[in-house]
Amino acid sequence: MSNGPSLGVFKFASCDGCQLSLLDCEDEILAVAKAVRIANFPEASRAVVEGPYDVALVEGSVTTAHDLQRLLRVRQESRVLVTIGACATAGGIQALRNAADVAEYTRVVYAHPEYINTLERSTPIAEHVKVDYELRGCPVNKRQLLDVLLALLHGRKPDIHPHPVCVECKMAGTTCVLVANGTPCLGPVTHAGCGALCPSYARGCFGCYGPAEDARVGALAGPLAASGAKPDELVRLYSTFNVAAPAFQEGQRLAREGGASK
Amino acid sequence: MNGDAVLELTGLDALIAALIARGYRVIGPRVQDGAIVLDELQHAADLPVGVKDEQSPGRYRLAPRSDNAHFGYVVGPHAYKRVFHVPVETLFRVRRDGRGFEVTETPVDARPVALFGARACDVAATTVQDRVLAEGAHPDPRYVARRKDAFVVAVACNEPGATCFCASMNTGPRPADGFDLSLTELLPEPGVPHRFYVEVGTERGRAVLDEVAHALPSDEDRRRARALADAAVASMDKHLETRHLRDLLIDNPEHPRWRAVAERCITCTSCTLVCPTCFCSSMDDVTSLEGEAERVRRWDSCFTRSYSYMHGGPARPSVEARYRHWLTHKLAGWIDQFGSSGCVGCGRCITWCPAGIDLTEEVAAIRADVKAARGASKEA
Ligand code: SF4
Ligand code: SF4
Ligand code: SF4
Repeated sequence: MSNGPSLGVFKFASCDGCQLSLLDCEDEILAVAKAVRIANFPEASRAVVEGPYDVALVEGSVTTAHDLQRLLRVRQESRVLVTIGACATAGGIQALRNAADVAEYTRVVYAHPEYINTLERSTPIAEHVKVDYELRGCPVNKRQLLDVLLALLHGRKPDIHPHPVCVECKMAGTTCVLVANGTPCLGPVTHAGCGALCPSYARGCFGCYGPAEDARVGALAGPLAASGAKPDELVRLYSTFNVAAPAFQEGQRLAREGGASK
Repeated sequence: MNGDAVLELTGLDALIAALIARGYRVIGPRVQDGAIVLDELQHAADLPVGVKDEQSPGRYRLAPRSDNAHFGYVVGPHAYKRVFHVPVETLFRVRRDGRGFEVTETPVDARPVALFGARACDVAATTVQDRVLAEGAHPDPRYVARRKDAFVVAVACNEPGATCFCASMNTGPRPADGFDLSLTELLPEPGVPHRFYVEVGTERGRAVLDEVAHALPSDEDRRRARALADAAVASMDKHLETRHLRDLLIDNPEHPRWRAVAERCITCTSCTLVCPTCFCSSMDDVTSLEGEAERVRRWDSCFTRSYSYMHGGPARPSVEARYRHWLTHKLAGWIDQFGSSGCVGCGRCITWCPAGIDLTEEVAAIRADVKAARGASKEA
């Protein structure tokens, strides 16, 4: 086993898809395992090494009181904490409940709602502890994940760009679906990282990387309304994996108001 | 000029074949995903035949034409900077060699390119980028390698688009220079088949033309080409008043219009990335597990917050500062720096702005306001 920096992978409320992105780095995973000491990675190995950890990758959102206790411990034991994926960075799809009555949901869904012990809101990690880097996406892009690990290993800045998806469309030569087809697209307010995957298949971006650095949803409201999309379609567009991100909340509010720009 | 000629419709295919036979990668307009983009051409049939584009601020659509025109549209979202100032490239690789570093430059793909069907604004834009990237004190060798042997087959625009204003910028709609050959499409008329009037710009253009069947133009061919060019100028609706434009912008950095336009701007960067002259880029350093490093250059835009990030924060945190910086550099600072305007009037930034922001309107609003204020102060 490597005696390089130790790596812990921790899961909160999530689907495991982001940590699986690490295992998905098939060509590189063995080399990574040589360079770092994998101390805690339940998806990969049952062996658990106690902290402290040099780097913690944290997946998932906080949805229970127990999560919160566990998270505080992870933070205490980790030198660098990197959140991975929309659940950890924005609360995830499960944050849809933030605007609903959780007690009523549990009554409707579960045979024994009394077994369910959950918080009212699903919250991102950064709402509770200091986060050193955020990796966006649902799921994260494995190239970015690897790059962050390499950056931390070599003491350089990770190659993560907070500019909008439009940059990636233009670099790839993808024709803008909003301008050339009137397709509602969140690309202008969405954080880059996916390589503008959806527009390259003539689909609008549905914002799975969450808000970009400026995320000017107010300025995008007019063009989105002009695309012909109905207000409730636009509310849904902003209500996926990053539904609870403040900028996307604002997007939902503006869409409800009928696209009027602030 | 080195004379003129006419080419029958079949001559277009022969011209492309002659260029390919000379080893050129022929890059020209093609329909792809609902737009006319730049891609490699093999035959004249690859061109957007019988297609037109409808452009307005923030909107672009293709539609069929009622004729067989081969160049019956204007510029699309791609510009030739994709070819010469490529979106992303690895400049060099670095490897530790025990004592220090071993640096290896990555090879440049410098296969000669022929631009086929280049519009006057785009030919002018390439000249503008040459001034910046090839003719300054520090030429970019990679740009120069890709650009230096490029062959240009220009084409005159008979029907300017609704966002075009090249006549104001003195770059079009008829190419004046910067080409090896320049075509004007003459659609069929009773008794006269579909043909192209050809102007020869260089010896090399003449040599290529000589490999293709062509004839001497009639006076009528020449007259029609001239009349089409005049009609194209007359039909252009969009204008940018360039008189004292540099001073107008330099003298009005606090004009309230900057704030008003910033309200509408999404900071999506589209305007700068579709602009054929914008050249900004950033460097990314990436490392491999083995400790090798690469320096990658990629397009960037002054509309992002991160672009101006330095120690302590971004130099242009407000959108107002970013829009003003872009337009003032393009239309004013560029003149001081490179001796010409940075705008060739292609209209791409207007069409491809999702918010439909139109620089000609912004300039006109500032100009009208400053003029009104000056009038008022004279009266007082
Ligand atoms: S398709 Fe969407 S992401 Fe791409 S350039 Fe257009 S608005 Fe931006
Ligand atoms: S500023 Fe706009 S009109 Fe001028 S060259 Fe650039 S894209 Fe074309
Ligand atoms: S294209 Fe329009 S909205 Fe986008 S950055 Fe440029 S001016 Fe702003």
